Amino acid sequence: MMSYLSHRALHSLIVLSIMSFVIYGLLGLMPGDPIDLMISADPKLTSEDAVRLRELYGLDKSIMERYGNWLGAALSGDFGYSRLFAKPVPDVLFPALANTVVLIGTAIGLSLLIGLPAGLIVALKHYSKLDYTINLLAFSGISMPAFWLALLLIILFAVTLGILPAGGTGELSAGGAWSKLQFLVLPVMTLTIASVGGHTRYMRAAMLETLRQDYIRTAKAKGAGQVRVVLVHALRNAMIPVVTIIALDFGFLFSGALVTETVFAYPGMGKLIFDSIMGNDFNLALVALLLATSVTLIGNLLADLAYAWLDPRISYK
Amino acid sequence: MNDSTTLLSLAFKRFKRHKLALASGLVLIVLAVLALGAPVAEAILGIAADDVDLLARFSGPSVTHPLGTDELGRDFLIRLLYGGQVSLMVGVTAALAAAGLGTAVGLYAGYHGGRADAFLMRFTDGIISLPLLPLLIVLAALDLEKVGIPDAIANSENVSLYRIILIVALVGWTTVARLVRGAALSLRERDFVLAARSHGASDLRIMGVHILPNLVSPVVVATTLSVGNVILLESVLSFLGLGIQPPLPSWGNLLTNAQELIWTAPALAVYPGTMIFITVIAFNFLGDGLQDALDPKAME
Repeated sequence: MMSYLSHRALHSLIVLSIMSFVIYGLLGLMPGDPIDLMISADPKLTSEDAVRLRELYGLDKSIMERYGNWLGAALSGDFGYSRLFAKPVPDVLFPALANTVVLIGTAIGLSLLIGLPAGLIVALKHYSKLDYTINLLAFSGISMPAFWLALLLIILFAVTLGILPAGGTGELSAGGAWSKLQFLVLPVMTLTIASVGGHTRYMRAAMLETLRQDYIRTAKAKGAGQVRVVLVHALRNAMIPVVTIIALDFGFLFSGALVTETVFAYPGMGKLIFDSIMGNDFNLALVALLLATSVTLIGNLLADLAYAWLDPRISYK
Repeated sequence: MNDSTTLLSLAFKRFKRHKLALASGLVLIVLAVLALGAPVAEAILGIAADDVDLLARFSGPSVTHPLGTDELGRDFLIRLLYGGQVSLMVGVTAALAAAGLGTAVGLYAGYHGGRADAFLMRFTDGIISLPLLPLLIVLAALDLEKVGIPDAIANSENVSLYRIILIVALVGWTTVARLVRGAALSLRERDFVLAARSHGASDLRIMGVHILPNLVSPVVVATTLSVGNVILLESVLSFLGLGIQPPLPSWGNLLTNAQELIWTAPALAVYPGTMIFITVIAFNFLGDGLQDALDPKAME
């Protein structure tokens, strides 16, 4: 187990370091050049100044050298300044990180609260009208573009009913808890609807697979009641694949919430990544992208570990 | 077993039982015909897709404009149909390209095994574990001239179309690659492969003629299911302004302005999204139905 863990962690670390170089290289291929940006900000700069600035910032060096310099600084804790926010990168990153964790934590929690029982019930009523209806609803949720769902919710709750804000955060508004919380309602609703279909279908599939097993027949044969068979014998085993999905989801949603955050102007990681890429804020974009990659990798790692931990049949030697 | 119960007719029989999949197939055919019929719709209505009428901005549904007009007074129905051409084309082409790439990688890895397999699968795992959307945004925002694409192509009208097909294919091949690799790994041990090899067939011939035909059904299912995903990705990127570039319409970029105009013309946000939604759900049901129909485990 330990050797498996260290093996997997090492693999993730290798992927992360390769990605840091790839992303560094890709960001250099973006439109716009940091020196051009400085020149456009200050018309008094001459072309000699530009050459000098290029040397000063090391932009005349090869990409390997520049990457090496960045990596050295980053490893000693210096991630540079954000151009858009005029703050050190970590000072911009951490509040966004906290906002995203609140957003997707709530959404995943709600989605599980609805999706798991729904999937369980549907699995027990396989091929019934209810199964058919919930399956259709689940597929609708999966097939709905999240940003469109967001727009529809804005039309309904902000434009037509006028009871919820169309976007933003409560930072500037004074007042009680509701004045801040109301900004979370629509983004959370969007992400919940977008993921509940998947959770229902996973639970349903896992439960159907488990109910087909021999040990379920054995449990029934020895006289265990329906409730006991479902809750004690089947559910525990069906939860194994479902738990891993939750870990994967967290990693996926961390950056997957990007569009929802952008539509609602919610200041989370996704919006930060999008804004920094669009705004030529290379320092911020690089670290934010690497953070998103790390979270996704950790989500994958946790999913594998949960699998090994929960299912005693699996041993990683 | 009489002559009529070939594998294909058996599969078709099972597929017909899946009513939702059958209906989805029909819906997709109708959508494709409508999208391809955009020039006909132009002729009937007597307006072209790019006809701007600033005096008739945001007009409601009428006989001349069945779905009303957009912020420049262009007919929204015709824009929607042309957008359908682009979105469907991108979805199908990119899914096919990704499936082709995935099949090639998976077949090579599964058939050869050993180091090539270990390396390719580690690589696939690496790609799968990356955050997809931010990566696509970076790739979509790259400056083509800095990448070294010749000016003539980088500035051509349809470059956004080719770019999105390419980047979606570049990140989307992993599912098929894993699927094909697993199947190829077990197929290469089968007796008919041994027989072919003893007849002196080359590796390439064994892979292409003997193994590949056995992989058709899982690849068809995976590809069908991925078309919906590709259309979603295209619409997201276009919505963010990074995918299909106007004036070329796509269902995604028709929604780009929808958010700013949501207080003026909420209806404009509804139509393109509905089209995306219907198409994606139809591809998902179709894939689901094909899976049930082609899965040998479900054979009775």
